[in-house]
Amino acid sequence: MIENLVDLAYLFSAILFILGLRGLSHPRTALRGNLMGAFGMFLAVVVTLLDQSIVGFYLIIAGLVSGGLVGTLLALRVNLTAMPELVAVFNGFGGGASALIAGAAIEGILLSGTQPDIQITTASTVSMLIGSVTLFGSLVAFGKLRGIVTERPLLIPLRHVVNVILALICLGLVGWLVIDPTAIVALWALGAVAAILGILLVVPIGGADMPVVISLLNSYSGLAAAATGFVLGNNMLIIAGSLVGAAGFILTSLMSRAMNRSLANVLFGGVGAAIASVSESDMVYEGKVKSASVGEVAVLAEDARRVVIVPGYGMAVAQAQYAVRDLTNLLESKGVEVEFAIHPVAGRMPGHMNVLLAEVDISYDKLKEMDEINPSFIQTDLVLVIGANDVVNPMARESDSSIPIAGMPILDVDMARAVVVIKRSLSPGFAGIPNPLFAADNVLMLFGDAKKVAMDLANEIGR
Amino acid sequence: MEALVIALTIFILAIFVGFEVITKVPPLLHTPLMSGANAISGITLVGAIVAAGAEESTLTTILGFIAVFMASVNVVGGFLVTHRMLGMFRKRE
Repeated sequence: MIENLVDLAYLFSAILFILGLRGLSHPRTALRGNLMGAFGMFLAVVVTLLDQSIVGFYLIIAGLVSGGLVGTLLALRVNLTAMPELVAVFNGFGGGASALIAGAAIEGILLSGTQPDIQITTASTVSMLIGSVTLFGSLVAFGKLRGIVTERPLLIPLRHVVNVILALICLGLVGWLVIDPTAIVALWALGAVAAILGILLVVPIGGADMPVVISLLNSYSGLAAAATGFVLGNNMLIIAGSLVGAAGFILTSLMSRAMNRSLANVLFGGVGAAIASVSESDMVYEGKVKSASVGEVAVLAEDARRVVIVPGYGMAVAQAQYAVRDLTNLLESKGVEVEFAIHPVAGRMPGHMNVLLAEVDISYDKLKEMDEINPSFIQTDLVLVIGANDVVNPMARESDSSIPIAGMPILDVDMARAVVVIKRSLSPGFAGIPNPLFAADNVLMLFGDAKKVAMDLANEIGR
Repeated sequence: MEALVIALTIFILAIFVGFEVITKVPPLLHTPLMSGANAISGITLVGAIVAAGAEESTLTTILGFIAVFMASVNVVGGFLVTHRMLGMFRKRE
């Protein structure tokens, strides 16, 4: 009887997760959606504590309290610019937990004197493999985003060969445990090899490709949870895990498409390892780049009817979002229409720029997607590009496959009457290629730190 | 075998539900979607709790405890940070 009640409660949790995710389809309902998800989780945990196989509660409580405390501190104290790192860590922890549970489950079954059947052994190897790859891959992603590991792709010689060998070893270990269910050593060895594989898979991926990697790891953490559901015979874990797996997969393919690259190219292509030579850049820029002063740009902005701001990762690095907000408010008070053009892969995770601008209280209806805002550039008097580069590079329109960003959809800022690029120098963006936009006739460069320039502009206009 | 087929059925259907629900999320909310979905993947906490509490051996208990800790960080941190972010999306007149 009680088991049926527990299962019904789990079903209710699963419904709450689905409704919660559906709430995220609009900013008005999103907050409620997230609360529904959280309540579903709370319910699932409480109901699980009724499980009859649980005999000791001290360690459970200790784990819940300490983990909850660490999670709370991280969630409330971390700066929003560091959101990609934080999500990477959370992802990794979820994956790691799934791997450990798979190990504990097999260990427990063997201790009880019975042998796990083939469904359980297979599922536990999947959980261990994906969970371990997720944990260690996420830790490398965290390191890259924090700057502990270089953001540039680290290309290890023969890395494809090494990866294939490691993958084959993993397959062998999976086979070993499936054939001999008592060989738990194979399961732990699998976890260790998968850890190396996780590290090696993420190390060669460049910082600008992080939106894809984080989405993929998100998907993995869901699949690991679903696999754990197969191990434990728990349907709710399967449902919740596959929802997350689907979410991560959708984001992964959206991000790859926004760069016009296949997932395989993002994962194995090592894009971003090469940087344009000085002579190559000189050819594009020589004698054509015009630089402007803060005063000149202030006049342009004040006279404009419509200004579009294009934020990029550089804005986050310079923490310029508050200054950009002040500038926006000032322009609006003078009757200028201001909107923001958000490229799907701007920043280090999907939607990164939206969160930063929402934090500084910019109304979300001003944050426009690429497809929505592109047709309007032709009626735009001034575009301010702040800390973005590759996503406004017209070279992406060429079909020459030697250009790493060829075919990538870009923001058509060059269609605007005037463009001002706020940037420290003419150094290339992550793709490592020069940007002909900087040398175009209607483009002015305003050299300097994004935050300082935005503040100076606001001061100049406010005078 | 029967249990496996049922589990697979649920797995595949849930993936379809996931696709339907999540394709409707606008790019504006992709970061909260990711952190919120991430928190849901912490559901593995349920398995961790059983592993930590069943006290089958010292090893399984320790593994379970670590898993409870990790999954709790994932769940609590994930939902809270999503809440924090979503509170910032406001529309001004």
